[in-house]
Amino acid sequence: MDFFYFLEIFFSGLTRGSIYALIALGYTMVYGIIGLINFAHGEIYMLGAFTALIVATLLGMSGFPAGGILIVAALVAMLWCAAYGYTMEKVAYKPLRGESRLAPLISAIGMSTFLQNYVQLAQTSNYVPFPRLMPRFAFLSAFGGVMRSSDFVILVVSALVMIGLALYIRHTRMGKAMRATAQNRKMAMLVGIDADKVISLTFIIGSALAALGGTLIASHTGQVGFGIGFLAGMKAFTAAVLGGIGSIPGAMLGGLVLGLAESFTTGYLSGDYEDVLAFALLVLILIFRPAGLLGKATVQKV
Amino acid sequence: MSKCWMQTLACGVAALMSVAPAFAADTIKLGVAGAHSGELASYGQPSLNAAILVVDEFNARGGVLGRQVEILAQDDQCKAEIATNAATRLISDGVVAVMGHICSGPCKASLPLYTDAKLISMSPSATTPALTQSGQNPYFFRTIANDNDSAIVGARFIAEKLGASRVAILHDNSEYGRGYAEKAREELQSLGKAEVVLFEAVTPGATDYSSAVRKVRQAGAGVLMWGGYYPEASKILSNMHSLEIDIPMVGPDGLKDMGFVELAGQDAEGVYASGPTDTSSNPLSVRYAELHQKKFGTAPGAFFDNAVAATIALLSAVENAGDTSIDKLDEALRTHEVDTPIGRIKFNEQGDAIGVGMSIYQIQNGQYTEVFKGGN
Repeated sequence: MDFFYFLEIFFSGLTRGSIYALIALGYTMVYGIIGLINFAHGEIYMLGAFTALIVATLLGMSGFPAGGILIVAALVAMLWCAAYGYTMEKVAYKPLRGESRLAPLISAIGMSTFLQNYVQLAQTSNYVPFPRLMPRFAFLSAFGGVMRSSDFVILVVSALVMIGLALYIRHTRMGKAMRATAQNRKMAMLVGIDADKVISLTFIIGSALAALGGTLIASHTGQVGFGIGFLAGMKAFTAAVLGGIGSIPGAMLGGLVLGLAESFTTGYLSGDYEDVLAFALLVLILIFRPAGLLGKATVQKV
Repeated sequence: MSKCWMQTLACGVAALMSVAPAFAADTIKLGVAGAHSGELASYGQPSLNAAILVVDEFNARGGVLGRQVEILAQDDQCKAEIATNAATRLISDGVVAVMGHICSGPCKASLPLYTDAKLISMSPSATTPALTQSGQNPYFFRTIANDNDSAIVGARFIAEKLGASRVAILHDNSEYGRGYAEKAREELQSLGKAEVVLFEAVTPGATDYSSAVRKVRQAGAGVLMWGGYYPEASKILSNMHSLEIDIPMVGPDGLKDMGFVELAGQDAEGVYASGPTDTSSNPLSVRYAELHQKKFGTAPGAFFDNAVAATIALLSAVENAGDTSIDKLDEALRTHEVDTPIGRIKFNEQGDAIGVGMSIYQIQNGQYTEVFKGGN
């Protein structure tokens, strides 16, 4: 097969991978801070897509330019879902903090089911069309359609957001507090870090990123449904584990590796084996690196 | 809704019974089984209405073999476990034949009982291919095209009309989608005019299908067949258009749904989907729709024409056979053609109606337009 085709498959995988990475960040941040796998995270992605749809429909009537609508819709969706994430933590997880690890996990699964059914009842059980808001970049056609405008937008936006997040966590006061809480919550509290605030912020950032992912993918595929969060969430969770759960660069790397693995399986073997190979890869990596690609092996101190 | 129907049913049965006494000893009993209440009642009630209308007509003409026809209705709510009870009841009540069941699951569940009892049943609506093609249900018939016909007409359309030489087939790995894709591949290969250059599954619900779509282009396909439902079809079309891959898509009857046109919008333009041949202009279909309007005050619902056809076929078979023995009925169904709202039909060896066709429809300006008649 020729090189051009290779590039096409590569960029398909990159697009997929960066969405997985955006969602995976939410999983990994929450896990890093409170050791909880937030199974309702995929539903936040879905809520983000729905919120963006509602905003886009309203703005669409007022004759806004498409690109502007996309930006406003994404921002509103991020804000709205950040509020969802904040509330979710307060309602479903905070009261269970300090209980056995299973309790918040079950609570998370319950939250996921609740949100799905809530959207199904309040909105619709059908798939609904999402307006085409992605701008068209003429310069991309010079490359013969290896990358589409929507791929380009998804790649650039997720790269910018991930770099921003990495800088924020590395250099700001709040970012340092987050890292400290992740390392040892009790110690962090002793030195005066407000752990509740840090945990809330983690949910807010994670949810906003998921909403951004939801908006981007919805305008890329052109449809939204109440069930879209499940598979996206599972894949992103896999990406987080693959990269090393709790590690932020790990989530990014894990997402890209998973997306590329899927795309190349489809492109060069068969779509029938897309999931089989992607998950076989996960098992293999975990055999040789049990903590994931970039995860730190934790030593149990006795 | 369901109460109102039950009343209609009660009235219908009561009306029949009130005329019946004189003939009570020797009425011909026709079982009608299907969903008459519950969530899927809208699939089953039109068939019951159809049976009532047809039986009224036969009775007004003096009945069948000089005997009046009586309907015994059994509600299965489209549930397999209730269907077996309904079947047992009909068998013990001594029906001559059963018009039903409506859904494929209840058909499958009740058929062993009918086969043991040597009783003919005829469904106006069950489309699972195996019901007739497994060879296990010798006394089962149907007046609707089965799911395989949808794939066959699609393959023939590609070979005869589109004239494409290379075809890519994608499916969603569901029983429905994979079944369609496999049957279409088989038919394309036996027609021999087009080569299947790609045959594989995609993961339903995935965020992006661009790898699969790029592979379709790489394979040099001139047509894409899609075996699956419309939400994924819509995503695949959106990917094809953003990649400027301009080849037609041919899909099953799952794509013949206005929901698809609403979801995919402009992307759906030009897509081909199979669906039952439009028979709404058939004079019998028009007449029975009028009768329905007169008797029940509404337009007929789902599978109404198919149910009228099934009832006519069953009662005509009794007339043609001259008695109600299973062998004669069976032979009459397979040899005598009868006029019905869905055309002039008889039944083949397996029990599928010959003359019930699938057509190919194309989406043009947001509407389905018939572009190819499959025949049968």
